[in-house]
Amino acid sequence: MSLNLLALLISQMLIYSAPLIFTSLGGVFSERAGIVNVGLEGTMVIGAFAGVVFNIEFAEQLGKMTPLVAVLVGGLVGILFQLIHATATVIFRADHVVSGTVLNLLAPAFSVFLVKVIYGKGQTDSIRQSFGKFSFPGLSKIPVIGDLFFKNTSLMGYVAIATAFVAWFVLYKTRFGLRLRSVGEHPQAADTLGINVYKMRFAGVMIAGFLGGIGGAVSAQSVNINFSATTIVGSGFIALAAVIFGKWNPLGAMLASLFFGLSQSLAVIGSQLPGLQNVPAVYLQMAPYLITVIALAAFFGKAVAPKADGVNYIKTK
Amino acid sequence: MLKKYESILIPLMAVLSGLLLGAVVMLVFGYDPIWGYEELFYTAFGSVKNIGEIFRAVAPLVFTALGFAVASRAGFFNVGLSGQALVGWVFAGWFALANPDMPRPILILGTVIVAMLAGGIAGAIPGFLRAFLGTSEVIVTIMMNYILLYFSNHIIRDVFADELMKNTDSSINVSANASYQTEWLRALTDNSRMNIGIFFALIAVFVIWFLFAKTTLGFEIRAAGLNPTAADYAGMSTKRTIVLSMVISGALAGLGGAVQGLGTFQNVYIQSSNLDIGFNGMSVALLASNSPLGIPFAAFLFGALQVGSSGMVRAQIPPELVNVVTASIIFFIGVKYIFEQLLKSKRFAKGGK
Repeated sequence: MSLNLLALLISQMLIYSAPLIFTSLGGVFSERAGIVNVGLEGTMVIGAFAGVVFNIEFAEQLGKMTPLVAVLVGGLVGILFQLIHATATVIFRADHVVSGTVLNLLAPAFSVFLVKVIYGKGQTDSIRQSFGKFSFPGLSKIPVIGDLFFKNTSLMGYVAIATAFVAWFVLYKTRFGLRLRSVGEHPQAADTLGINVYKMRFAGVMIAGFLGGIGGAVSAQSVNINFSATTIVGSGFIALAAVIFGKWNPLGAMLASLFFGLSQSLAVIGSQLPGLQNVPAVYLQMAPYLITVIALAAFFGKAVAPKADGVNYIKTK
Repeated sequence: MLKKYESILIPLMAVLSGLLLGAVVMLVFGYDPIWGYEELFYTAFGSVKNIGEIFRAVAPLVFTALGFAVASRAGFFNVGLSGQALVGWVFAGWFALANPDMPRPILILGTVIVAMLAGGIAGAIPGFLRAFLGTSEVIVTIMMNYILLYFSNHIIRDVFADELMKNTDSSINVSANASYQTEWLRALTDNSRMNIGIFFALIAVFVIWFLFAKTTLGFEIRAAGLNPTAADYAGMSTKRTIVLSMVISGALAGLGGAVQGLGTFQNVYIQSSNLDIGFNGMSVALLASNSPLGIPFAAFLFGALQVGSSGMVRAQIPPELVNVVTASIIFFIGVKYIFEQLLKSKRFAKGGK
């Protein structure tokens, strides 16, 4: 395999992984706080919508900065959207899977509705400022390694990987992280120690909204370039798979996302790679899902999820 | 007193709240909600053809909803209805395409059996994994949806014989012998796509009602769902029950897929995403609180909203709004705690007097 091809593969992997990493990190926070989040897919959809619309409307004023700001906007809208899930599950005791499914049903319907309201047609125009190729100044000059990893690559991929380390630090090395994990493991015990279970669970879900929205906005602005009903199809569920495959650990989720991103990019550019030309794309498309099922069945069973994941906490009066 | 009506009152309140929220959304974006709902209602019920179309839409929803309900009673959250329905559709369609000249009764029966087998096997896998390895069924069924989606597309694109294909993405139509549409239903409903699927659906409603109300298996399924430990202690095999309920659930969804494929579309084609009858069927079952007899009514509401949605365009409203309404109906079903509190406070108020 030539160096160029390998470099292409790595940059493609990073492009496809970045949205998965962000979103799966969100999923880790939510599930660590005890709220199952099937609604990641819907959150990505709404984040992608917000990001693309913001990008189109403000590209002239913000220029090159547009995609980055649009990503933050996607994250904020994601928070608002996941507030529905948080309110339903934490306060009104809804079933987590039902409420998450509502998000998944609501997001494409509402966002396509809004696109039609704003633009009078079913999909937006293409954005003018997208995440292009990025070369790290200095680092890209290193022979071989620079060509492979730091030249014409995906900036957001590296930001996502860095975010995973930050998430790991927050979750395992700070007071906030300890409290968040405690309400997901044993809310009664946490409550007895004076931790506000409802507040911590809200925090977990809102972080999921922020990161999921970011994931959607990154995906729409690097892969799809516009927004329609088919911009996000299944990425949120792959991210959910990465949460589980990564054993509810930020670094695990990040590695799983990289792996799933690799298999997604292979499905796209596999035909250019020697040895993969004859493998039907269908196997690469199926891989993330199949691997998750097999891993769950063969290695984990039900043992590793946070203990109170999916269990509503009802405070006794 | 009030408790007795709660099972009907709460879904009604959820539907009304959902419609109301839809109206608020319309108002916020400067549309006239009354005009919108008028056009929706008028389109859904204004012509014989569209009433036929409602029944066409209801049939597959009844199947997927029954599938969800059966699994749900056994304590199993089957989110994989889309995938199970899709394989039912593809394999029943394949059977029909491969045997175009079989006598009609045998061919129809054959498609029904093939669809139920395909869906049943797809349902058995997560059932088996959960029963014997304790794997979370929600995750497995979600993943299975995508595995089956790509698998089905692969079958259509690469395995179907060339003479069965109209172009690379869709097959030719099935023969008249295999179609679920009939001349007399077309004549009755002004050429709508209403088909015998709706009668299959009503039979299935009766069968599933009978299963739960009158049979040992139905009792075992409910017992396994309510308290698996107690069921095991009473000498029932919960593992067997879980797998069996998932086979029934998947078979129902598979048949729903066949009704959608051979009734509505008449052929098999590549899907770009999960079938909507999967998640809509789940919504229908949630609205009917998994009661077999309630499911046809809930499915009718969803069918009418779907068929009527195209009419909203006349009031300049994007038809996607209807999906916002159905999603919010399910949201309100999910947070039924609010309504329970409301009804309870009323009950106490009455008791105090």
